[in-house]
Amino acid sequence: MTDQPTVVQRTAPLEQRLEAVEAALAARGLPIEQGIAELSHKAQEEWLPRNGARVVARAWVDPDFRRRLLADGRSAVAELGLSMPPHHRHLVVLENTPTVQNVICCTLCSCTAFTIIGLPPDWYKDLEYRSRVVRESRTVLREMGLDLPPEVEIRVWDTTADTRYMVLPEQPPHTLGWPQEKLAALVTRDAMIGVARL
Amino acid sequence: MDGIHDLGGKQGFGRVRYTLNAPAFHAPWEVRANALYGQAVRLGLFNMDEYRHAIERMEPRHYLGAGYYERVLTSVVTLCVEKGLVSRDELEQRAGGAVPLAGPIAPGRGNRPDRQRFAPGDRVRVRLDHVPGHIRMPGYIRGKCGVVVAESPAYPFPDAHAHGVPAQDEPTYDVRFRSEDLWPQGADAALVHVGVFQSYLEPA
Repeated sequence: MTDQPTVVQRTAPLEQRLEAVEAALAARGLPIEQGIAELSHKAQEEWLPRNGARVVARAWVDPDFRRRLLADGRSAVAELGLSMPPHHRHLVVLENTPTVQNVICCTLCSCTAFTIIGLPPDWYKDLEYRSRVVRESRTVLREMGLDLPPEVEIRVWDTTADTRYMVLPEQPPHTLGWPQEKLAALVTRDAMIGVARL
Repeated sequence: MDGIHDLGGKQGFGRVRYTLNAPAFHAPWEVRANALYGQAVRLGLFNMDEYRHAIERMEPRHYLGAGYYERVLTSVVTLCVEKGLVSRDELEQRAGGAVPLAGPIAPGRGNRPDRQRFAPGDRVRVRLDHVPGHIRMPGYIRGKCGVVVAESPAYPFPDAHAHGVPAQDEPTYDVRFRSEDLWPQGADAALVHVGVFQSYLEPA
């Protein structure tokens, strides 16, 4: 037994590192707890793919809205009461067709239009998707369950600035004439990322 | 910065660990870490470019071994220490152990004085810039040629904004590259689009 201090210190567990920085900032009078509560609520209850699903369903039934959405996504989603953070200054909506499949990614980190299509799922932020989807796009989509025929052109969109992207999937033909709410229920986050078709 | 974060086109990774309805979070502390970085940006403790670059500056083995939200947390603690908001000693005392930080920062740079406006349809080349600081140019497009398909509004110039260097906001151009031009005989056929800052581009 010795009173000598140890030279090698164990790394603190993640939750203790997080609590330490929260407490240190709060001790300086910054509104940390309240901000975390508010943003955690938004992340789990408000920034959900159902927002983008409403946008898609509206675009399917309203050709004028679709035109406005493709011309200026940020203004068009605002018509439906949806907002984007200040640094997302531009929303580009990418239209799928029978011969075009758009797919979005962020090779440098994890950027998404999260207030519209939801926060990115685990696999989107993983090393495998980020490294491979730009270079092995058709193979990666096939491995993820989307086996596209050769005549479908793949367009990958790497989110590297403050522009955000979402995919406008094709409307399944058997749903023509359905009401908007029923259509919106069909639209998935993965279809708006572009790794699935409906 | 030619760091480990610049993953586009890297080989050797396995299948995407894809599940249907995959979650964004796996634990309550991850939700808190995500909200903490958002609140710090709202309070003006640091900006989004500083936040991104502090993740990129993580030691490569730490970066690759860390989960996504550990990287978020490491960026926040690094910036809080670097900006003098809290000392590393205080954090380590409160945490009861070592708190790893990201590595040191290199100088930033301003806009290119000779940057040019482009229009959809223009053929452009990505400049052969090798920047030690933050840059939003994935290495796989450096020196490559493509076609402009769209222009964005002006955004803060990340190479400056991540380093406290004054600069003008500038537009980005969505540039369409053929995967065959990026990785000749080494990629699935596709059109790959990147949002490229004006300063990174020259006429082809």
